[in-house]
Amino acid sequence: MSAKEILTGAEALIRSLEMENVETMFGLPGGCILPAYDPLLKSSIRHILVRHEQGAGHMAQGYAQVTGRPGVAMVTSGPAATNMVTPLCDAFMDSIPMVCITGQVATTAIGTDAFQECDTIGITRSVTKHNEIIMRAEDIPMAVRQAFHIATTGRPGPVLLDVPKDILVNTMEWHWPTDEQVLEALPGYRPIINGDPKQIKAAAKLLLSSERPVLYLGGGVLKAHAAEAVKELAELLQAPVVTTLMARGAFPDNHPLCYGMPGMHGTATAITAMQKADLLCALGARFDDRVTGKVAGFAPEAKIIHVDIDPAEQGKVRKPDVPIVGDCRLVVEEIITAIKELQAAGTAQVDITPWRSRVNGWREQFPLVYEPSEPGERLKPQFCLEKLRDAAPEGTIVCAGVGQHQMWTSLFWNFTEPYTWVNSGGLGTMGFSVPAAIGAKAGQPEKTVWAIDGDGCFQMTAQELVTATTEGIHVKIAILNNTYLGMVRQWQEMFYGERYSEVDLSGCPDFVKWAEAMGCVGIRVESPEEIDAAIERANSINDRSVVVEFRVEEFEKVFPMVPAGATNDQVLLHPTQESRREFLK
Amino acid sequence: MSSINTNNPYGDSHKHHILSVKVQNRPGVLARVSGLFARRGYNIYSLAVAPSHDTNFSRITMVVDISATPLEQIVQQLFKLIDVVEITELDPRKSVEREMLMASIQVEGERRAQVVDLAGIYEAKVLDVGSASLTISLDDTPEKLDDFEELLRGYGIVESQRTGRVALPKLEREAPKGVTKGKAS
Repeated sequence: MSAKEILTGAEALIRSLEMENVETMFGLPGGCILPAYDPLLKSSIRHILVRHEQGAGHMAQGYAQVTGRPGVAMVTSGPAATNMVTPLCDAFMDSIPMVCITGQVATTAIGTDAFQECDTIGITRSVTKHNEIIMRAEDIPMAVRQAFHIATTGRPGPVLLDVPKDILVNTMEWHWPTDEQVLEALPGYRPIINGDPKQIKAAAKLLLSSERPVLYLGGGVLKAHAAEAVKELAELLQAPVVTTLMARGAFPDNHPLCYGMPGMHGTATAITAMQKADLLCALGARFDDRVTGKVAGFAPEAKIIHVDIDPAEQGKVRKPDVPIVGDCRLVVEEIITAIKELQAAGTAQVDITPWRSRVNGWREQFPLVYEPSEPGERLKPQFCLEKLRDAAPEGTIVCAGVGQHQMWTSLFWNFTEPYTWVNSGGLGTMGFSVPAAIGAKAGQPEKTVWAIDGDGCFQMTAQELVTATTEGIHVKIAILNNTYLGMVRQWQEMFYGERYSEVDLSGCPDFVKWAEAMGCVGIRVESPEEIDAAIERANSINDRSVVVEFRVEEFEKVFPMVPAGATNDQVLLHPTQESRREFLK
Repeated sequence: MSSINTNNPYGDSHKHHILSVKVQNRPGVLARVSGLFARRGYNIYSLAVAPSHDTNFSRITMVVDISATPLEQIVQQLFKLIDVVEITELDPRKSVEREMLMASIQVEGERRAQVVDLAGIYEAKVLDVGSASLTISLDDTPEKLDDFEELLRGYGIVESQRTGRVALPKLEREAPKGVTKGKAS
């Protein structure tokens, strides 16, 4: 293209998004971002019009989590930008690549408290990996390129671009910066990709010489596309694997070396294996407080290998013996090579079969359990999940909100593939699942997407089912309706002497009517006899979204549970297993 | 947990550390740095910012409290800011430090002469003279400034302002420790 091409800032913005291969974006227009919505009319990008800006953000997250590509959201200034703060923070906590574009009042009006003006850059500074306000139309292509580069490299995260209205209207000479120009403009940003060879060798030695190793997988395994490499490492060592809430699916649950989720509501086996380990190999995991319990009492005998692309994670919570900064996949592949070299040179792995026998013993003694309901009693939520799980088509993507239903889903679902689990881990955003499921379905239209939701969560963001209906993005929602803010109720029962304060949601709406009002099929399930037919019907409907309300037992609690502030040794087992506690030695 | 702590940290050189932070000279960069400190509960004792010899970059010299947070964690978190290009850790024992103090003192007659004498001893400058007051400046090591300020206090400081320290590594024969370039995530 030799002739000069003059574009408006708005045209340059949309063209830049096209150049970044954006196929789908989520948003809602308003005053300041109006100019950008005009060139969108003739763009190849599919724009999904949401009903609330928070929905656009969570949809972009869901889309990113199942496609591995950055989710894109575009909204206007002021209240739209503030509505985007929660998804940005959520994406920041869970390292989800996302680019968010917000409108801003004209540069001449900035600082005057103009209509729908807010300090978007100031407000979002601490919830984004980076943010920028664009002050000249000619800077748009570079800003967009940088945003995508920063969002998707290193430790992924959300990047926000704030674009004043006059910058969208002004004209510029179109140009597309080269990779070199992008890097030159970011002298302070050079993620470390390759691990230190010395540390990799040290890790290999430690892995071969430890008697009680555990591979502790975090969300970074998925971000780095390291699942295959990690599986090879686990099988090479025959070492037990635990997958955190963010890593469910990174290692198949049906693999004999998989011992499930650790943490506050992890399996007794995963929790105890970490506690008793002499080596934790943390891969893309950040020693979150929900995993460690009381840090001082966490895995007291374990040496630590910590592989993380973010140098600031090294030693933030637990001092590693072997810190390795780098891309998880590359580092794990290097560790495998180093182990094979050591083995070829005659270093044999310490026999860890006694350790595996011990861990297998725990798994046998402490399976996930719940007490089935007696005839006439309400459905058990775990029972509903087992039914949903067993009927789900191959490759189903599961999304969850936050609370008891999220923990039960993580525990009772059977994750066998990466990128089939979408949830809000770090921030714990109630209301995440409905919009995240819509975003996931937009990104993987061929797959069945089930959102497992709670009645509290559903009421926060359900309006996005209107978006789903209008856009023809057909998702399936299971509401485990216990008419309570269930997790809060559980804490009040256990730690506040059953004094229930503001957790009763029994004044709930008619979810079936609500679903129908939003153009979805609504189904209510109240007894075990209805459940199979209802799930089968839900799975068979492919031309509309479906909401299935399961009326479940109000007082069911999530077990195991490590009480806040306790060490993982003090895990509360399911009441039917407490008598066997001594086997957890 | 505020990010600015005015308690005098200089008594124990092991509890504070100087960071010389090279940043891209762009709007908002100071807010990013100070916001990070506020957000993570790190303490800054002092902070001085100005463009460096290359005007594309600014240099922030900050004295940070490392009694509660390990220095390494502060440095790595700072590095995550996209605009931060280079961080040099300056061990107070291995760097040259300077700071400036300005103070207005209410003094008349004989006492005024005493203050002028004192200024002479410290090689401070008298910047301004009023009918019953003096404004003095001193640039020297932070420890000298502490001494001088304490002595002036006896005469009645009306107003005073310190700049916060700036520092460069001591010119040793070995390379300065802890210069970290390129990084992040």
